[in-house]
Amino acid sequence: MKKQIVEASAVVDSIRDAMANAVATRRGFLAAVGLAGGGMVIASLGPKLAFAESDPDLTLVSSEVLNAFIQVAPNGEITIYSANPEMGQGIKTALPMIIAEELGARWEDVTVLQSPVSEEQFGNQRAGGSTTIPRTWDQMRRMGASAREMFISAGALVMELPRAELKTADSKVVHASGRNMTFGQLATLAAKQDVPDADDLTFKDKDEYTIIGTSVSGVDNLVISTGAASFGIDTRVPDMLYAAYHKCPTIGGLVKSANLDAIKKMPGVIDAFVVEGNGDPRELLDGVAIVGKNTHAVFSAKKQLKVEWDTTDASHDSWTGLVDEAKSLHGSRGGEEIINKGDTETEFANSDNTVLAAFYEFPFVAHLCMEPMNCTAHYQKGQGVFDVDRLEIWAPTQGPARVYQIADSMFGLEEDQVIVHQPRLGGSFGRRVYREFLAEAIEISKRVNAPVKLTWTREDDIRHDFFRAGGFQSVKGAVDAGGKLVAFEDHFMGMETDGKAVSGSRFAATQFPLLNVENAYASKTMFDIDIPCGPWRAPGSNTTAFVVQSFLHELAHAGGRDYLDFLVEAMGEPRWFDEGNIRSLNTGRAVAVIKLAAEKAGWGKTLPAGRGLGLAFCFSHAAHVAEVAEVSVDANKKITVHQVTVAVDVGPIINMSGALSQVEGAVVDGLSTMMGQKITFENGAVQQSNFHDYDVLRIEDSPKVVTHFIQSEYSPTGLGEPALPPLAPAVTNAIFAATGQRVRKMPLTDEGYSI
Amino acid sequence: MTQFSLTVNGERYQIDVEADTPLLWVLRDELGFVGTKYGCGIAQCGACTVHLDGVAVRSCVIPISALEAQTVVTIEGLADGANLHPLQEQWIKQDVPQCGYCQAGQIMSAASLLAHNKNPSDAEIDQAMAGNYCRCGTYNRIRSAIHGAAEQMNAAFYDATSKSQASV
Repeated sequence: MKKQIVEASAVVDSIRDAMANAVATRRGFLAAVGLAGGGMVIASLGPKLAFAESDPDLTLVSSEVLNAFIQVAPNGEITIYSANPEMGQGIKTALPMIIAEELGARWEDVTVLQSPVSEEQFGNQRAGGSTTIPRTWDQMRRMGASAREMFISAGALVMELPRAELKTADSKVVHASGRNMTFGQLATLAAKQDVPDADDLTFKDKDEYTIIGTSVSGVDNLVISTGAASFGIDTRVPDMLYAAYHKCPTIGGLVKSANLDAIKKMPGVIDAFVVEGNGDPRELLDGVAIVGKNTHAVFSAKKQLKVEWDTTDASHDSWTGLVDEAKSLHGSRGGEEIINKGDTETEFANSDNTVLAAFYEFPFVAHLCMEPMNCTAHYQKGQGVFDVDRLEIWAPTQGPARVYQIADSMFGLEEDQVIVHQPRLGGSFGRRVYREFLAEAIEISKRVNAPVKLTWTREDDIRHDFFRAGGFQSVKGAVDAGGKLVAFEDHFMGMETDGKAVSGSRFAATQFPLLNVENAYASKTMFDIDIPCGPWRAPGSNTTAFVVQSFLHELAHAGGRDYLDFLVEAMGEPRWFDEGNIRSLNTGRAVAVIKLAAEKAGWGKTLPAGRGLGLAFCFSHAAHVAEVAEVSVDANKKITVHQVTVAVDVGPIINMSGALSQVEGAVVDGLSTMMGQKITFENGAVQQSNFHDYDVLRIEDSPKVVTHFIQSEYSPTGLGEPALPPLAPAVTNAIFAATGQRVRKMPLTDEGYSI
Repeated sequence: MTQFSLTVNGERYQIDVEADTPLLWVLRDELGFVGTKYGCGIAQCGACTVHLDGVAVRSCVIPISALEAQTVVTIEGLADGANLHPLQEQWIKQDVPQCGYCQAGQIMSAASLLAHNKNPSDAEIDQAMAGNYCRCGTYNRIRSAIHGAAEQMNAAFYDATSKSQASV
């Protein structure tokens, strides 16, 4: 599909022209899958089609890893592959922008396709941890620059001009005299040029950029807006059956028996059977599979399913039990030390200091991707020695290449027996780093010897999530007579499974302000649980920022200080704690975003009663982000978030529109989560199941978001996650400013607030 | 199984399904209109929004047997041939989608609003769109794109009116 460019200055006409072109392509697409004619043709969509469209002869260097990303057709159409999963973070647009920039392409000439899954060809194809941009920045620039040099070589040959006098621009090789040839004219010859040594490549200066830093509309926006986008759940292949899979509500329960005979007699049901799992929630848990002619048949049958579970060895996890245990530990130190520097005890005993202690609590939360977990798998049994088993799979996952691993470890298939397609992901937020729904689909397909689309119900999706771990922090701090932070202590109470901390359940020794303050002590206590946990947008940071930024605000207030001054002072002189390590706090960059957010939000301005500003900062995922929330609270504790002002330093911005989207989305997501989201569990079973008991923020409560980027000289880093953590403490600090009421527990609805 | 007939995006279809099959699954599984999405199955999230005689409804809770002569329009049928609906144009122009999964439902709710209210206020937009969740948080751009589409439609209307007056 063609994409459109949307620049602030772009005229509507040019967009319309581009759109008309795109619509023509879209109509071809629809016709190809049988929808334009309104028939019932079933065709596979998405990556398979995309792959078929590409012509290997047009690959600039078809036999090399280098430039597996770029193809140029003689008609000038430039195809750029995006290799990593798109889940809403925008890399399917941003990565090709980097390539197109170095290539010297005109963005209008570029078509972006999702690449096939081959890490040998495309490098690391994962997405997660806001790592894709920093990891691929140089790789994408090399891809573009390498192809650019090959075009220049081709242009030099044909125009008989010295290479040094040529450059690329607007999809042409251009000479200073004005002579030029288009990429299309040179494509065939360019493909035959020597591939430059990667070490010899040079990259553009940023003042030469024509694409990077502009606002580009997402490359899939046309197909999304017309219903033609292909998410995993939209996969349709010939002779496909539909499946549901029912697991024990109590984590780890085993199937003793089920009313399979009755289920098999239900309308549209083809088969129902017990699947014996291997006990690993990341791979395959026990359950009952129902296979039928359509989704409604298997979902209806699932509701009638009666399973007798053996929960002898299943989980007995209890949220209320964890809360009670954690509260009993408030004020103590944990058994395991994280950091011990200076002497906090002396500062706490010093009667000139003001000392505070507090207990903070945050719940488990679910990912709640709008697209529930699903997978389409076609396991084909081989007929003998020369006809091996094969698997074709449409895998909505953040790690498509890892499908080869489970195909091998769980099903004994070699990589060449497996074809993996990479659909668009309807949200992920860390959820789809796990692959158990893929394993379930493969297992079910294998059992019925047919292609099967497994779709989880929303209830399955919430109950069987890999949750953001809840936890607790018992904090203590001291400010001196001048209101300066002199001691900080944290007892982190987190979650572990089988002796290993679950994702994000950590308090790092480098956590602000441990390195900044003279006297610091941190320790931890870990509670052993079975409830599966996993990464959830800005793991660790999304809870710790709430605790640390709230408690520092408490200390500032106790010391009679303005929080902006207090925070800047606590940050200390400009320094990079681990020089050269982008995962390490740079206090200069931190202070710059803190001051910018405060200034732009009108920090210090006079506000009416019941209205306040709250400031918070978080360094996470290599990003320095500060946010100021302006919040009103009425007499019934109903809050209104009027505006959130955000200052971000992630280095240069690739796609301005995409970057702004990530910040806006993170603010809304953060507010949604802090207001009313909470997963609880008792006796090993999750108690929430759908949107009626697990709320999402609605449009009317979406605050105005004003974002400012400091485009510093550092390499660009990712923005899918780091704008989320500062939101919660910015809001709760604003609530304190407005009312004097301190929030130490999430979600806010548990504390009587509403929005 | 019972035979039903249904008009979707201007075409008449005969389908054999169970009478309690929700419209959502008829569209997705039987007819292949997969632009309409499953999100919750309990009319809470709006991902499955389609038009029934021009009104936005949640197709996940409407059994096929409850439909009589109504016509259904899905996201695939919103554009007028090659001409995108102004909402679709604005969705692209203002780069609304993030993951994109909820957006078909959002656009269908917004199209129903604009069909009945040519110039909705923020509050009217918020009210009409309250049943459509966006987990990625694209709400502000959705609101802005609806305003943009309203302006575009009104400008086109006045343009057409003035031209017809000029010709008279």
